[in-house]
Parts: sequence; structure tokens; C-alpha cells
Amino acid sequence: MNNTIFYILVMAVVTYLIRVLPLTLVRKEIKNSFIRSFLYYVPYVTLAVMIFPAILDTTASPWSALVGFVVAMLFAWRGTSLVNVALLSCLSVFVVELLLY
Amino acid sequence: MKTNLKEWKSGVNNGIPIAMGYFAVSFTFGILAKQAGLNPFEAVLMSVTNLTSAGQFAGLTLLSGAAAIVEIVMTQFIINSRYFLMSFALSQKINPNTSIFHRMTMAYGITDEVFGVSIALPRKLSPYYTYGVMSVAIPGWALGTLLGVISGNILPPRLISALSIALYGMLLAVIIPPAKGNKILSGLIVVSMGMSLIFAELPILSSISSGLKIIVLTFVIAGFAAIVFPVKEHAYE
Repeated sequence: MNNTIFYILVMAVVTYLIRVLPLTLVRKEIKNSFIRSFLYYVPYVTLAVMIFPAILDTTASPWSALVGFVVAMLFAWRGTSLVNVALLSCLSVFVVELLLY
Repeated sequence: MKTNLKEWKSGVNNGIPIAMGYFAVSFTFGILAKQAGLNPFEAVLMSVTNLTSAGQFAGLTLLSGAAAIVEIVMTQFIINSRYFLMSFALSQKINPNTSIFHRMTMAYGITDEVFGVSIALPRKLSPYYTYGVMSVAIPGWALGTLLGVISGNILPPRLISALSIALYGMLLAVIIPPAKGNKILSGLIVVSMGMSLIFAELPILSSISSGLKIIVLTFVIAGFAAIVFPVKEHAYE
């Protein structure tokens, strides 16, 4: 096995262990109020931290990304379906970039 | 059996925007993988076995820099440690009787986006729902990688740029609707984004890797919220 493939597999094992341990080891419903509350808040905090400001670097220009961000926020707030929020966000970026360049 | 199929279809449906976004991101990954000297097989192998954007991009840098194995393990551990918390949260979202086989299979698919749509379900999570999401998202990720490596210039940059925001759009569609009319969640999202911006911009803090930043801010902000605003019973389901 060459070095590159060995490294790729090591990365995969580390990543899988992180993913599999809690899900297989925590087999019961947790009663502790602090942990329950903490886990309830985790998705909101983690995903919010990941979205902003990283979203501004994803497209060809921070301005198109900003517009895509605002559009996604507005439609998500209005309860538009997940698929449509994603599509409208893409569309707005595409249109802004057509105007920019 | 009928419900399993229904759950699977519902997962496929929500997996489509994820697959689109993955395609765009992994296409870019494929281009960079080629530049880093990986052949198509190695690049696709990395995508299929690792299934994580930030970890793979970092992996490329380390591979082309001939890093030590310890360094690679530590980097992946830090960048991907958020999956530990996501997996932990999912352990409470599924039925406690869920078999070890389902748990191990679902675990492979825990990415930010698959986690996002799974945790956002207004009911207990069925493994088949997550499988539905995975069954379109993972091929999207693999196919994008393959095309990126073998033909980096086949897709117009404009299209890639527009598609790249899809993942963020759908993550927003996961966290924003429950925050509507909920002051605590709305406040937490604003604080999280604000702190994340500060960490990204302040010169002293900006040297912290993004993986470390995510895990530190999650512990601090979600931990603080759990102490100050404990969640009432059953709110989690």
C-alpha cells in the first residue's frame, strides 16, 4: 500500500471513530437536565458558528455571498422549504454575479 | 416497512440540495486534489471514506507537505471534533432501541448537513431518514470529486460559485425556522455568529484553526445557555 492511501485511511479511521463513539456508546436517554439542554442547543450554536462569517468566502465575491446569505435568512425565516431556501440562495448569488462581472 | 420507505423518501428529498452543494464543493476539492498530486482513485477514495470537507482540504495540505502521521491524526481530530457532539446529540434523537448496526451505519454519514436535517426533524429520528439523505448526498460528494479531478474546467466558474452557497442556505433553513418566535434561540444564533466573526477577525484569535474555534465556541455558548436557560422536558424531541 502506498503512503498516500495509508494516510487517507488513517484520516478516515480517526474521523469515523469521532462519529461512531457517542452514537454507539450512549444507548440510553440522558436524564441529566444540563446535558439535555446542552445537546438541545448544540446544533444551533455549532451550525451558526460554521455559517458565519465563512459563508462570505464561499462564492466568487463577498458581495454576492452577502446577498445569498440575506436571501437565505429571509426565506428561512418565512418558513420556505429547505430545498427552496438553498435554490433561491444559489439563484440570488448567480444573478448578483451576472450583474457584477 | 412502509414507514421505513416513507422515511427514506423524505430523507432523499431533503438530501437533494445537500447533494447539489456537495457536488460543487467536492468538484473544487477534486481540482485541488489533482494539484496536490492525487490520482482520481485516491481523491475519490478520500471523499468516500472521509466524507468531510474541511478535514479533506486540510488533509491535502498535509499530504503534499509530507506531514508526520501524528500531525495528520491530530489535525483530523481537531477539525472533526464537532462530529463528536453531533453524534452525541443524535444519540438522543433516535429511539434508544435502535440497533448497533443502524448506529454504526448512521455514524458514517454524520456530516454537518446530514446532521442538520436529521436533528431538525420534528419527530424521533428513524435511521432510514438519515439513509435517505446519505443515499443522494454521498454520491453527489463522490461524483463531484471525480469530475473535479479528471476535468477541472468542465463546469463554468459562475455555476460552481452559485452552487457553493447551497449548503449554507440549507443549514440556515435548518436553524432559522425554530428560532422564529423563540428569543433564546434567536439570541443564541446572533451571539454565535457574532463570536465567530470576532474569532475570525481579531488578529490574536484568527490564528486558531476553524475546527478548534467551532468546538470551543460550541462548548462555551451552548454550555452557558444550558446553565442559564435549561430546556424543559420533552423540548428536545
